[in-house]
Amino acid sequence: MSAPEVRGAAVSPEGEAPAGAPLLEVEQVRKLFPLKGRGSVLPLRAAHVPMLHAVDGVDLAIGTGESVGLVGESGCGKSTLVRLITRTLDPTAGAIRFRGEDIARIPASAFARVPQRKLIQMVFQDPTDSLNPRYTARETIAEPLRLLGGLSGTALSTRIDAVAALVQMPHELLGRFPHQLSGGQKARVGIARAIALEPSLLILDEPTAALDVSVQAVILHLLADLKQKLGMSYLFVSHDLNIVRLLCDRLMVMYLGRIVESGPARQVFESPRHPYTRALLSAIPGLGGGASRRIRLEGDPTSPIDPDPDRCRFHGRCPKGQDACTRSSPALVQLAPGQVVACHFPESA
Amino acid sequence: MSAGSTLPTAAPPVPASGVAASLRHVRYVLAENPVTAGAFALFGVFLVLALFGPWIAPFDPLATSPDKVLQPPSATHWFGTDQLGRDILSRVIVATGLDFGMAFAAVLLSFGLGCALGSCAGYYGGWIDRMVSRLADTIMAFPLFVLAMAIVAALGNSVENIIYATAIINLPFYIRVARAEVNVRRNAGFVEAARLSGNSEARILAFHLFPNILPPVMVQISLNIGWAILNAAGLSFIGLGVRPPQPEWGIMVAEGASYMISGEWWVSFFPGLVLMLAVFCFNLLGDGLRDMIDPRRRT
Repeated sequence: MSAPEVRGAAVSPEGEAPAGAPLLEVEQVRKLFPLKGRGSVLPLRAAHVPMLHAVDGVDLAIGTGESVGLVGESGCGKSTLVRLITRTLDPTAGAIRFRGEDIARIPASAFARVPQRKLIQMVFQDPTDSLNPRYTARETIAEPLRLLGGLSGTALSTRIDAVAALVQMPHELLGRFPHQLSGGQKARVGIARAIALEPSLLILDEPTAALDVSVQAVILHLLADLKQKLGMSYLFVSHDLNIVRLLCDRLMVMYLGRIVESGPARQVFESPRHPYTRALLSAIPGLGGGASRRIRLEGDPTSPIDPDPDRCRFHGRCPKGQDACTRSSPALVQLAPGQVVACHFPESA
Repeated sequence: MSAGSTLPTAAPPVPASGVAASLRHVRYVLAENPVTAGAFALFGVFLVLALFGPWIAPFDPLATSPDKVLQPPSATHWFGTDQLGRDILSRVIVATGLDFGMAFAAVLLSFGLGCALGSCAGYYGGWIDRMVSRLADTIMAFPLFVLAMAIVAALGNSVENIIYATAIINLPFYIRVARAEVNVRRNAGFVEAARLSGNSEARILAFHLFPNILPPVMVQISLNIGWAILNAAGLSFIGLGVRPPQPEWGIMVAEGASYMISGEWWVSFFPGLVLMLAVFCFNLLGDGLRDMIDPRRRT
């Protein structure tokens, strides 16, 4: 297999990363979307445009070879955060350091031309939607290799075959269009495209959500395998907490644009400290039966549009909410080794 | 897989080279749909006439013969002769090249320009979208045939100007189709994935979105060519564009119109019939073309 040489080529434009530094470091990253129109042409009339706080000051770090799970309900800003990290969206503020270099300063429109592009890749949620219906599997896998890897001719086709073998995609299916492939095969094509350049960071946005349960397990095994073989770091975005528990070293829980709890996966699962995490974990089917009762969240979630900065965002749905929660927003505090929680009244271990 | 010729042991079809697979698919579409096959056959006949008309025509389309004026259809002159004794069949055949040429050129122009403008409007949005959409609205606000007349009258009476006028009045249809089709796809997963694969925005538009809007645009093109032929003939009918001795269906219908009353129906009937067949053929062609160009229809 030609894998090792390609990996060497992929890394060489980069300098040596400082020893011990995480692969990816996201620092106080924010993304606000203006709500009213596209803003007035006359600055005089632009009094106050309401802002949707999609991602509001998120810190996270992913080490080399580490798997980090990111969970949270729909609309909490996971997808926006993912788009900020894959650099297809420009953050409003904050730094995104990849191997020590701040890539948040490179505009998204220019990111296709920088060497980091091929090191940060992504597997999309819906394998049907994420494959161009007019491209065969081979063409889809070839594209990043041609545009970012600079391969062509025999080198290109050898590499495509090697990648297809890596994701266990039968060779004779490569000439097919997406509509001629099954869900699992489409998922393999999506994964092959993402890993073709051997990225160091692979973002997985609910990679199994659109698949049959039987295929899910196969694809998850494949992903775990690939991580070992290629030494990638994973950022695993999911609703499915069981999958996160199986595959991730660390878990981050996001609520309304902020990280509310993060820590080693096992520890967070065993002793969640944030009331939201507890509610989330109690909702896992099959776990909530005996020991831990299912926690129902009452009330309405806080609006993400211009939220009060001095109020806990979970207040209103929080079973432990008190007056203090309406006076200041809790910061992330370390409660156990590696486990940080943003709550005024964290659960005891 | 084409019906009937498949080996019983055939595993999943191995799409070999792109050309062979495409040809097989074209054959499949034609076999499935006899009406489309008929339209394609008719189109083939028209194409041969348009390309080789002057060699196929039995008589010189411009040669007048005073002794054979206004003869009804006969074994020598299948479509009869006109008021100057010219053979109508030869004139109809030779006219195909001019009428098709004008229509193709006009549709090609409006397709290229309209798709470029419409795709940019649908993809980038903002002020580009507003300007392009208002341009389309402005053109649509005129009665289109009157606008075409005005354009030819203003630019000058020539074949090129008929082409430009026809292209301009067809522009809004392409702008709208391209804009709408790009707009629904611009946030699709494969567009974001293309960004991660190293495509620039312009490349995404050209290599990822444009091929996907081709099937609906193809239907538009086919309907539009029929309409463009009618439009070019219509302009000639009212005396704009093509000059009299030159054979052209619109002029021939116009010239023969006055003889209808006195009983010489064939002078305008045959050019009109062929014009109608041409428009009809393109209207039927649309769906078949879409099926051919859309890989999702491949089985």
